[in-house]
Amino acid sequence: MTAAPVSAFRKSISLSLLAATALTAAAPATIAPAFAQSQELNALVWCDHTDPELVQPFEEEHDVRVNLREYEGTAAGLAILEQSRPGDWDVLVIDAVDVGRAVDLGIMAALPADELPTGDFFPELVMEDLNTRDGTTYAVTEKFGYNTIAYNKAAVDPADMTNFETLFSGKYDGRIAIYDYYLPVLGMLSLSEGIDTGDLDAEALETLREPLFDLRARSSQVSEVVASQTALATGEVDILVGGGEWLTAVLASENADLDWTIPEQGGVLWAQSIGVLESSENKDLATEFVKYIVSPEGQARLATSSCYWGMPANAAAGDVLTDEEKTVLRWDDQPDFLTRVQRYPVPDAELDTAMQDLWTDMLQQ
Amino acid sequence: MARAHDNRQGWGLVAPALIWTTAFFVVPFLMMLALSFAKMEGRSVVTGFFPDNYIRIFTEPSLLRGLVVSLEITVTVTVISMVLAYPLAWIIAFRVPERWQRLVLILTILPFWTSYVVRSYSWLLVLGQNGVINKTLMTLGVISEPISMSASRFATVTGFVHFFVMLLTLTIYANLKELSPNYARAAQDLGAGRLATFRHVILPLTLPGLMTGAFLTLVLCIGDYITPQILGGNNELTLPQLIMMQLGRRGDFPMASAMAVVLMGIVTLAYLFSARWLRIDRL
Repeated sequence: MTAAPVSAFRKSISLSLLAATALTAAAPATIAPAFAQSQELNALVWCDHTDPELVQPFEEEHDVRVNLREYEGTAAGLAILEQSRPGDWDVLVIDAVDVGRAVDLGIMAALPADELPTGDFFPELVMEDLNTRDGTTYAVTEKFGYNTIAYNKAAVDPADMTNFETLFSGKYDGRIAIYDYYLPVLGMLSLSEGIDTGDLDAEALETLREPLFDLRARSSQVSEVVASQTALATGEVDILVGGGEWLTAVLASENADLDWTIPEQGGVLWAQSIGVLESSENKDLATEFVKYIVSPEGQARLATSSCYWGMPANAAAGDVLTDEEKTVLRWDDQPDFLTRVQRYPVPDAELDTAMQDLWTDMLQQ
Repeated sequence: MARAHDNRQGWGLVAPALIWTTAFFVVPFLMMLALSFAKMEGRSVVTGFFPDNYIRIFTEPSLLRGLVVSLEITVTVTVISMVLAYPLAWIIAFRVPERWQRLVLILTILPFWTSYVVRSYSWLLVLGQNGVINKTLMTLGVISEPISMSASRFATVTGFVHFFVMLLTLTIYANLKELSPNYARAAQDLGAGRLATFRHVILPLTLPGLMTGAFLTLVLCIGDYITPQILGGNNELTLPQLIMMQLGRRGDFPMASAMAVVLMGIVTLAYLFSARWLRIDRL
């Protein structure tokens, strides 16, 4: 009696394994850095650096292959470095507010400040207090933008978006998405509660719990970059809290109704820095890469990278960008915008844990 | 002498697989197990024997909820996939002419050939406010306002079921094809109706295929990160999503390890249940 089922069972196992193999084959491959060749540079970056238009000119000029690995979140980047062998990585892109954390860990190499074009930078983006320690420059700001409110002006009254409180009025319930990154969103809520992002501590954090949960209840999803773009582009939601030009600019050609604004309560300034790792065995070449990225040409390419757009820190990139690109980036509005935003909160380890606990609680509501 | 030679030959044959499994499964698993008892102090890992992570998983509501959500979704997906896959496999095995069966099977597994990520994002376009389903229902006048389907557990379950029905269909089909028609004939000769024949003869004999598929569905579903991440809209987090959060955001490898061990524990329990039920050890 059991022969047939057992035989069938064997066959079913074989078919299942075939199916499982197909499943595995269909799974996305992870990006593995290639090592060992002498003329190679390994960079731990954000997704905007993986645009071939950005890296190829440097590779051709220096006859080098740049291996890029994306990561998201400083903790993940530092964890990757910790698990790697010294010398595996040459270049690091990191949140500007976290440069000090990397310097504390002793992983950043000194950069030749006099060879960096910071004199051409938007003054607010030089960020010497973040990129420099005791007179030594460890990183340089490369790109910036804002976490504010992105919306579809065909479905939302733009006047409503100038006041953060409108999101709590009930008018847009179910049509809101929240960007899934706790630092900028908590920063925005902090500003809406009248607390400067720099003053956000454990006590102040507790006052954000109620408005955060309230906002969550009015939202249909909490989504990361691609899902946020998809949700706005497909009309799944009309408003993204935490969005900005980094989200809408790349979709501008497909849907001109996608827009963003900084509400009267203010927005949060994001900025990313780039530096050379202390353990790099190619420091000179890595430094050349950093110099290329902050050059006007590199900055223009980075600003309009296929993953997400953002303002270049080097204002000289304005000579390279086209008028259309500058319009999408709102080049002429930057002086006004920069006066209305505050930097990301910079939590210590304990506060960071508390923030993430609060965020997880919110997600599981 | 011959037995000793056979023994040596046997060990020689299994050695590569044994070394591979030890190096790439047993050792990493033991390392992960050890790490799960470490803890974070600030941003540093402190090794030792601290059960804190496990206590937190089962006492912190947001973490425990992740475990419960994972189990609820997995059970739902497994049951729905079984219910849908069985009749499909039956139709292919007994209603589709023999010469067309291979083609139909290939068509059944066709979605396997597309990227898992692309397939999940495609469901967003189908289930969205302006998606195919809402547009069709609104055009037909069935609904006046779009129904909210994406970014929900419904969307996650739909994406999973679409995938696992294919898997289960294959395992059940294989089982049905191996079944001799004489069993059904014998039951009917003894006076059993169609329903009784199916319930008391066919179903018990095809349980191995059904349960194999169910076990694979459970293992793959409970450990999946991509589908709930894309289709769930972060409206509730599963255990794999929480694990990714520990790794990607917090750099908390000890907690991620503890969660992974719990996940493995669930899969192991499911395996032991299946092994007992299906006598996998006999194969």
